Amino acid sequence: MISIGHYLFLSVAMVLIGVVGIVTRRNVIIILMSVELILNAVNINLVAFSRLVGSVEGQVFAIFIITDAAAEAAVGLGIIIAFFRNRETVLADEMDILKW
Amino acid sequence: MPSEYFLAHIWLIPLFPLLGAALMLLIGRRLPNSGVNVICVGSVFLAMIYAFGAVIQLIMRPVAQRVAEVVLFDWVPAGAMHTTAGHLANFNAQWGMLLDPLSAVMLCVVTGVGFLIHVYSTGYMGHEGGYYRFFGYLNLFMFSMLTLVLGNNLLLLFVGWEGVGLCSYLLIGFYFLRKSASDAGKKAFIVNRIGDAGFILGLFLLVGTLGTLRFTEIGPAIEAGGFAVGSGLMTAIAFLLFVGATGKSAQIPLYVWLPDAMEGPTPVSALIHAATMVTAGVYMVTRMNAVFQLAPLAMAVMATIGAVTAIFAGSMALVQNDIKRVLAYSTVSQLGYMFLALGVGAFTAGIFHLMTHAFFKALLFLGSGSVIHAMSGEQDMRKMGALWSKIPVTARTFLVATIAISGIPPLAGFVSKDAILGAAFNARPLLWVVGFITAGMTAFYMFRLVNMTFFGESRVPHDVEHHIHESPASMTVPLMILALLSIVGGWIGWPESLGGSDHFARFLDPVIAKHAEVVAAVPEKGGFGADYALMTASVLVALFGIWLARRLYLQHPDVPERIAERWSGVYRLLYNKYYVDQIYDAMFVNRTKDLATALGAFDRGVINGLGVDGVGWLTRTVSQVSMVWDSWIVDGLVNLAARIAWILSIPVRMLQTGRVGSYALFIVLGVMVGLAYYLRVSGITLHSILP
Repeated sequence: MISIGHYLFLSVAMVLIGVVGIVTRRNVIIILMSVELILNAVNINLVAFSRLVGSVEGQVFAIFIITDAAAEAAVGLGIIIAFFRNRETVLADEMDILKW
Repeated sequence: MPSEYFLAHIWLIPLFPLLGAALMLLIGRRLPNSGVNVICVGSVFLAMIYAFGAVIQLIMRPVAQRVAEVVLFDWVPAGAMHTTAGHLANFNAQWGMLLDPLSAVMLCVVTGVGFLIHVYSTGYMGHEGGYYRFFGYLNLFMFSMLTLVLGNNLLLLFVGWEGVGLCSYLLIGFYFLRKSASDAGKKAFIVNRIGDAGFILGLFLLVGTLGTLRFTEIGPAIEAGGFAVGSGLMTAIAFLLFVGATGKSAQIPLYVWLPDAMEGPTPVSALIHAATMVTAGVYMVTRMNAVFQLAPLAMAVMATIGAVTAIFAGSMALVQNDIKRVLAYSTVSQLGYMFLALGVGAFTAGIFHLMTHAFFKALLFLGSGSVIHAMSGEQDMRKMGALWSKIPVTARTFLVATIAISGIPPLAGFVSKDAILGAAFNARPLLWVVGFITAGMTAFYMFRLVNMTFFGESRVPHDVEHHIHESPASMTVPLMILALLSIVGGWIGWPESLGGSDHFARFLDPVIAKHAEVVAAVPEKGGFGADYALMTASVLVALFGIWLARRLYLQHPDVPERIAERWSGVYRLLYNKYYVDQIYDAMFVNRTKDLATALGAFDRGVINGLGVDGVGWLTRTVSQVSMVWDSWIVDGLVNLAARIAWILSIPVRMLQTGRVGSYALFIVLGVMVGLAYYLRVSGITLHSILP
């Protein structure tokens, strides 16, 4: 059957993909999408353990995280738009004002 | 009044004139001349009365007890000390007065002649400015001289010694606004001081050798010390004391101040430079005769210097034209006679001549003062002449003194001078020859003076001639008294060879120490034959001098000038006093000034340059070094620290790429490192998680 291990494996895979996406991608919107991916991976992990343990706390926490992710996406998009208005770019490589 | 009243109160004698001097200092300025007279002349009068009273009471004592000592207080009680010979002595210099035959003679001379001169000065200085100052100084001098004469130890004598030197300076420079006068005062004091240096060294040696300076103790100390005749210590002491005497009593080589001292008022010349101060040296040597008798070498030197001084000064007196200068050189010459006497052991003869000389020399000076007074200040004899009838009392008393100094019997000068010449002939015939020649010279130049001044043709300028007048009684009476003393003063020591009993020598005899070896060495006296021959010879040479003076200055007055022209070299040498003053100037005075200049240059160059400026330079240089240290090293270290921080930061800076992507990478890497560490530490493995 499908055991807890399958769900964990999926969660880890999604986290890694998200991490790679953050580190590697040039477009900051893609980076934001990768951050969402990581958050959702965490959700899957929580729900899986909630089913395993039999309590409902994991699922409750997952709903918190969804809410939090939504807010965070709104704020992040707001920052990107503000930056785009100043520097006309959405590429991470070109956002180097804080360099030495 | 108890019979020893005056003897018990001899300490008052110096204090009377001291009080006079003090009063002059405090209130003299406001006093009229009569007030000054009462205080100052009165104080000396009182001193004289007490002095005569004390001497009379001393004589009334039996011979063996004629020593009266009154101690006022312990002045320098230095205490126990070791003499160089190893004895233990107790040094105590007191402020005490001693009256014995020797100081009695001196006391009578000082107070008697001093009083007469004070009276004379009331007339002579009556119209001068600074009247109270003159008498104040004169009284201060009397105090010092009396302390010198009455002191019971050498240290107190020395106090008086210095005091008379000071008063001499003050009085010589009385007319201090005249440069020649103030120069003469300085010269007197400085030359005196040179002698005093020797005196002080002698004092030190004496204290170290005997442990005492008290006159009553010196004799016994010498006997106890067992010093041989010719002992080196005694000779050294004698020499040093004699050096002091040469300064004070104007012997070669320290006589040069006395002729210049004539710048002072004439009464000063009479009192200080004839009768009293210059005789202090003679007194001191006689007082210390116990030491001198043990030093034949010193006595030989003393006699020789005395004789040479006598003839040397006499030669200079032959050609002087200032009446006081002649008398000044005459004084130096007569002092030479006194030292000749002391040097051949005739101490009583020396003191005798001191006394008679005081009489006639004071008379000569006061008489010359009277002449100068009559001549309205003129002192050059070439402008005098034929004054005999115009100032009779002065002229007659002056003549008496001149006869006395020439050594004509029976006046005072003959007796004392003959005593000296007799002793010299027995001891050192060569020195007798010197004294004999000098006696002739003395008679000559003194009668030259008399002839030029009182006799012959008048060379007085017309305007002065009108004012010639005899002096007032205050001046003529002392002259007459001194003339009387010049006549009879010698009779007290009338020699045995002429039928007298020489009371004077017998009176002074207890003061002369009788060292056994010295007494044994004196040859037995033969008959009086030699004495008569000597006396006749000296009277003849004196008469020759008088005859020659008469011939050259009365009968043929043009001759002296021709002689001077013919022997012009010798004449100039004598007239310029053998150029001794110039020699001393070149040898000593200018050398001292050069030393002062050199020291001044040293002070400015080295002390100021090195010391003061140098310290400033050093401070500035040190501050420069400090500045270099501060700006280079201290600042450098600070900058170095900053630079190190900068260098270390280069790699760290590279982390600030500004690129978000690299920041994200760093976050991930950090999480992975932390996770790995946590997993490793906590021991969780894959196997323990997975089922």
